[in-house]
Amino acid sequence: MPSLFNVFDISGSAMSAQSLRMNTVASNLANADSATSANGQPYKSKQVVFNATSLGSPFSSGVAVQKVVEDNSAPRMVHNPESPLANENGFVTMPNVNLTQEMVNMISTSRAYQTNVETMNAAKAMLQKTLTLGQN
Amino acid sequence: MNKLDANFNFHQTALNLRAQRQELLAGNLANADTPNYKARDFDFSAKLKDAVGKLASPSGLLGAAATVAGGAASLAALPATLAAGGPVAAAKSLLTTAAAHMGLGKDQADTTLTDSEVKYRATPQGSVDGNTVDADVERNQFADNALRYEASLTILRNDIKDMMSALQG
Repeated sequence: MPSLFNVFDISGSAMSAQSLRMNTVASNLANADSATSANGQPYKSKQVVFNATSLGSPFSSGVAVQKVVEDNSAPRMVHNPESPLANENGFVTMPNVNLTQEMVNMISTSRAYQTNVETMNAAKAMLQKTLTLGQN
Repeated sequence: MNKLDANFNFHQTALNLRAQRQELLAGNLANADTPNYKARDFDFSAKLKDAVGKLASPSGLLGAAATVAGGAASLAALPATLAAGGPVAAAKSLLTTAAAHMGLGKDQADTTLTDSEVKYRATPQGSVDGNTVDADVERNQFADNALRYEASLTILRNDIKDMMSALQG
């Protein structure tokens, strides 16, 4: 059934998807220098994949996180012969986190989240105005 | 038939369509970062004209309640009308078994959107991931649509006020 209430579902789905994206950005930034992890390998950058899902009326769609993928690009090699993790040439394999890219991701996520909050507020204002219809 | 309803009908239809458009635009904004998502919208004025136009013509009356004349005969004909109307039509309209009964749903315009009416927005510059949402365009349309929704509400409120003052003197 088409209704303004569906806007809450749609924006809500986008907000939770964007917060998951923000979580991965935080994880990537926090682990930018984690040379080793539980599996003994350096941390790998993680990225979310968004997917449009049908929500509300047939033509509108919300967002869902389809999967979280690991970035398989080449790791960063840092010359640090003192490290116990260094290879025979004195290089340590560091995570492939791209700091610039993550900062851009963070700003984009934050703006997208804000947009959806505003969308929700607008729908709320419209519904409240509708409720007062007919009152003097 | 029902002049009071007919008076409010235009704005009721407009509000319905505005709410649907708002939902579509919210979906576009929500999917601003989804790969391969294509922004969708519909031509509001064309759809409104279409919905109101269909309402004006007698063939376009949706779920028109069958009016059965006569007392005893109408009771006998009752199951027949229900069978003919089907469960959907019966749910949409009130059954009128006497000439003085008022039908419901006769004055409601059909605002259901079809796939051919909901179009994909043409974008001068798409992104590499196949997404065609231009957040500025969508936000612009969103604000515009919200304002026009409220304008319709205000006009409707004034209509009700006029009606009340006519009734109360």
